[in-house]
Amino acid sequence: MTALDIAGLKVTIAGRDVLRGVDLRLEPGKVHGLAGESGSGKTMTGLAVLGLLPHGSRATGAIRLGGRDLLTLPPKELNKVRGGEVAMVFQDPATSLHPMLTVGRQLTEHMRHHLGLGKAEARARAVELLGKVRIPGAEEAYRRYPHQFSGGMRQRIAIAVALACSPKVLIADEPTTALDVTVQAGVLRLLRGLCDELGLAVLLVTHDLGVMSAVADEVSVMKDGLVVESGPRVQVLRTPEHPYTRSLLESLPDAEVR
Amino acid sequence: MTPLPTTTAPLLAVDDLVVEHRTPGRPSVRAVAGASLRVGPGEVVGLVGESGCGKSTLARAVCGLGPVSAGSITFEGEPVMPLGLRKRRHTGVQMVFQDPYTSLNPRRRVGDQIADGLRTAGDTATSPADLLERVGLPREFAGRHPHEFSGGQRQRVAIARALAARPRLLIGDEPISALDASAQAQVARLMRDLAVESGAGLLFISHDLSVVRLIADRVAVMYLGRIVEVGRTEEVWAEPRHPYTKALLAAIPHPDGMGVLPAELPGDVPDPAAPPAGCRFHPRCPLVMDRCREEDPAFGPVACWLHEPK
Repeated sequence: MTALDIAGLKVTIAGRDVLRGVDLRLEPGKVHGLAGESGSGKTMTGLAVLGLLPHGSRATGAIRLGGRDLLTLPPKELNKVRGGEVAMVFQDPATSLHPMLTVGRQLTEHMRHHLGLGKAEARARAVELLGKVRIPGAEEAYRRYPHQFSGGMRQRIAIAVALACSPKVLIADEPTTALDVTVQAGVLRLLRGLCDELGLAVLLVTHDLGVMSAVADEVSVMKDGLVVESGPRVQVLRTPEHPYTRSLLESLPDAEVR
Repeated sequence: MTPLPTTTAPLLAVDDLVVEHRTPGRPSVRAVAGASLRVGPGEVVGLVGESGCGKSTLARAVCGLGPVSAGSITFEGEPVMPLGLRKRRHTGVQMVFQDPYTSLNPRRRVGDQIADGLRTAGDTATSPADLLERVGLPREFAGRHPHEFSGGQRQRVAIARALAARPRLLIGDEPISALDASAQAQVARLMRDLAVESGAGLLFISHDLSVVRLIADRVAVMYLGRIVEVGRTEEVWAEPRHPYTKALLAAIPHPDGMGVLPAELPGDVPDPAAPPAGCRFHPRCPLVMDRCREEDPAFGPVACWLHEPK
């Protein structure tokens, strides 16, 4: 079963080919890792799924979600998908959360819009979600502002916001890059747990192959807008076939010490 | 491991350094609360710790960029004074900053910026192009402006600029965290090689432990303003003794393809404005004892009651 199917995705921005035919398949309950250097098109792939590409860009190919092609969907329909069925967690929780709205407001706004919940219902669900992402004192956290939380806690809140409408697909774009290793470990455990528990299909964009190895089931490696290698985690990280994957693994500081 | 193996006289000696940040109307924050550190000539010391533990504040104090509340910093036997606007005699210490997008002057050619350093050192034999060559960039790049370079190249320019002043101590304050994963190890190794080659000491600050392991001779682990463990890099890696060091190392995910989730250190770093009593790590320590809650283990090389020196 496939939750999200990206086939032959090409993106052109101002005459430059950013993606040159990307094929990816996300399955429920599985984490699909997307690796590659910056500029290889990892983030653009994620943004294309949500229709968040920059102005003036053209996307061709197909992104299929439950029988619909997201690329040809009218904007109104796409708005229902975005934040509802497909949600995203961004790299920097300090900028992805609104600094002037309470955590509760940011958690309930889209819930009430997408799911049509009442105030009290939305609030109850928000508190439940905060508990699920293990924010201590969920009731109190509901009334607080993002700046009152640490980086790791903010990223947990951002994950709660993304999960609020029970999405089928979660796109996490470098979710732990801005965090310390000790905090990263917690967020990775949380992501893996939520994926298993809720049957989410997760697209994890990261340049950190260590992170990839810890949580991803399938790994795809991108270079210059193309997926050069794709396969189960053990195969890609242990016996890479493509020379680029090998060079990525060799450039890691750990490679020499081992 | 007994006393710290500094064979020669230290180049840099930091003793019980305290740096406080004062904001009107708020309690002062002790960013560095009694840290001691030695760097010898030609030695690479890695300083690691979570964000907010005071690593950068310590580095800035060593450069003379900021007031010192207590304790002492001596460089080549001379106390380090805060930098004034006019007198810049303290050029034996040079720093490479975290973000090469903001640390280079966007309006000047990189060659001119490197030439500033050469002039400070009174070096007329070397040209900026020579330095660019040493950091692995083509000589003709001296006529370019910073915006024409990628992040990794900019950081190389920043390193060339720091080396131009002939430092005896080079400080890298998270010099690789703004770079691509593939460029990080390269730039870190370049810094090490250039520092060691010229006989200068290197204090390399990073939260990326795998890179520190690659380049540092000794490693100092910092937690909430204190250095909690110091030792030879391979010894600390093979056998970390402080519970915090253990937790830090266990949290690194390894790209071995086995799908092992890294170990989590529960809790958050406490507010440095109100540090916990006793050992600063006790609220998060898995091996906490009664003594840790009351008495502060103010000794080295491992500041933990489990490793009290006899």
